[in-house]
Order: sequence, then structure tokens, then C-alpha cells
Amino acid sequence: MLYASVLDLIGDTPMLDISQLSPNPRARIIIKLEGQNPGGSVKDRAAKAMIEDAEKDGSLVPGQVILESSSGNTGIGLAMIAKVKGHPFKVVLPDNVSIERRQSLEVWGAEIISSDAAGGSNGAMRKAQQMAAEHPDWWFPYQYGNLSNPKAHYEGTGPEIWRDCPEVTHFVAGLGTSGTLMGVGRFLKERNGAVQIWAVEPPVGEMVDGLKNFDEGFVPPIFTESDGYELLDRKKVVGPRESIEWTRRLIEVGVFAGISSGAAVAGAVKCAQEIDSGVIVTIAADGGWKYLSTGAWTGPIDEVVARARKIIYF
Amino acid sequence: MSVEVRIPTMLRSHVAGAATVAVDGSTIREVVEGLVRTYPSLAGQIVTPDGALHKFVNVYLNDDDIRYLDKLETKVGEGDTVSILPAVAGGA
Repeated sequence: MLYASVLDLIGDTPMLDISQLSPNPRARIIIKLEGQNPGGSVKDRAAKAMIEDAEKDGSLVPGQVILESSSGNTGIGLAMIAKVKGHPFKVVLPDNVSIERRQSLEVWGAEIISSDAAGGSNGAMRKAQQMAAEHPDWWFPYQYGNLSNPKAHYEGTGPEIWRDCPEVTHFVAGLGTSGTLMGVGRFLKERNGAVQIWAVEPPVGEMVDGLKNFDEGFVPPIFTESDGYELLDRKKVVGPRESIEWTRRLIEVGVFAGISSGAAVAGAVKCAQEIDSGVIVTIAADGGWKYLSTGAWTGPIDEVVARARKIIYF
Repeated sequence: MSVEVRIPTMLRSHVAGAATVAVDGSTIREVVEGLVRTYPSLAGQIVTPDGALHKFVNVYLNDDDIRYLDKLETKVGEGDTVSILPAVAGGA
């Protein structure tokens, strides 16, 4: 296949049957390999949709500065597209991400603005909101509140899953901005109202310090605007140990994926244990490359888990 | 029935610094009420005065978010762990 632009390589990712890892012989597990995207993660989809929609409505003009907060993958997707389209790109990045996430942003020429590790993604988002308010001439996609994000999954990821695996009964994916779950979830439920949508999240509230009270908390606007409380059927918290264990198990079926993919598979396995039978589709959000420095596959598990507790891997 | 309640960092000053507290109750609502009886300064923080779960609080029964079970009426049993955590923006 010959393509004119790297943007044309985003999406249409393969799905792989990994039922060998299922604890229930009547529950199949299928994983969609989003690390195949050119920027290396599922976030290429939202980055492309947010930029193209902003170009269409005129809120992003040629040469304009783009600012976003990201723990890595959205930033990398935006940085790649900003580079080929000629936009300067600034990213507010928490200090506690893997070195490879930082290096990947540097590859694409992103200007990195550090935010305090203790605040995690929440703190980076607040800092970016503040900077965007101070610089109205910059374009701030705001992935947590930008409906082009779930739309990318409603128009892309969801239809691809339905095309390749119409027998799907459960969709299990990680919850960050909620873009993947809201977009794919709504698409699949419109096609088959019986499909169950399960979210998986790390114990993120445990890792973010510095909040004085619950009123300083946050729920992504795209979650509430997409009726997320209605759309989701279950939400499971998956800790670092299980995430690493399943990231390692994925190697048995030839899948070298990131740590959040291990968390998603851990969620899919819990789902397989609870249901009588079904076809569970889950997402590998990225490849393993950006996590080699964590020793996720090779180090003593206790040491790797201790390190994982200190970094943002979602 | 006694369950273990994991207290988030921001609320530990209300419970004499404890990371976990044992509380009796057969539903999440009863567990939160029991917690407030012992530590009255927690009143209104987790469950708002109108009886609903605070918008930016996530409560988990073991690994399940109770909003997608039976919310505050979710039944708990001996040996369960209830975790209370702030809802914050996650990695993306």
C-alpha cells in the first residue's frame, strides 16, 4: 500500500484473538492493537480528529501554536501531526512519566513544560488550562473536553471493531479522558444494545497528592456530556501489579504492549471470569517500547511494581 | 459485619491519620454512616447533605466502582474492602 500522508496511516488497526489467555473456555478475548498507529498509540486518532475538526471550523489556523497537557501519548500524537503540518507544539508533561515518553515528544520537536509529579495528569491539565487562558492566541485542544476525541472513536475505532468482530458482547478499555469508551461504547450500543461496556482505571486518585478536598476533583466533560454514567455498565480498578503481570502474559501470545494494555487485559480477564460466555474486545493502547526502562518484562516483579507506582503508565 | 475502609490521604486528618478503618454495615451507605458516627468531621464530605455520593468521589467495593453496582445501596460483606478515592484527571 502506498500512502500520501502519514495521517492516512492512522486507524484501521488489526485485531488479534488472544483467547489462549482467557480463564473461561467459553469467553473469547480479542485485542485491538493500537500501537500500530504511526505515532505509536490509540491517541493518534483523537489527535488527528481534534486538529482536523479545528482546521475545519477555523479555530486552528496555519502556523498557530498548539498547547496541550498530556502524560505522553496524546502529546506524541499531536506532536507528530503538528510537525508535518508546521505548527509549533508545547506540551505540559508531568515529571513522573517514563523517560521514553519524554524522549518521544522530543523526537517530534515538542517543547516540554514540566508539571509537578505529585499532581499527575490532573495537575498538568490545570497548568495547561491556566496557560491557555493567558495565551488566547494559542490553540488548546483540551482532550478531556473536546468532543472530537470521542467522535474519532465513534467514527473510527467503533466501526472497525463492528466490521471485524460483530459477535462482540463486551467491550473493555482503559479510562483516561474516556474518549475511547464513550465513542466505541456509543457506537456498539447503537448497533447492539446488549453489548456491555466496561471501564478499567488505575487507582489514579491514590497517586495524585495535593488535593485539599473532593471539590477539587475532576470528571472529564466528555464523559458527562456523553452520558458516561449511563453508557458504562461496570468500572474496575486495576492496580500496578496486575497490570504488569498481564503485560507479561501478553508476551506469550506475541503481543509486546504497554502497561495500560496489561491493565485492560486484566479487566477483560475479570470480565471473562464473571460471564458464562461471550466475546470480549479490549484495546492495547500502545506498544511496549516506551516502557523498556521500567524493566516491566524482565525485572523482579516487586521492584518493577514499586517503580510502576511512581510513574504514569495510563 | 465489618469491612475495611481505605481512607484517601486528604481525609486522614479526620480519622487520626489512619490509612484504613474497620467499620460495621451491610451496605455502602451504612458503612459511610458508621464512619461519620465515629468521625463526625467527615459529615457531608463523602455523601452530600442531600444523601447522594459526592460528584468527585469514587467508592470501590473491592475492585468495582459502586456507581455501576447498586450505588450507595450496594451490599457489602465480611472481608470486603471499601476504597474511597478522589475522582481526578487520569493519564492521557
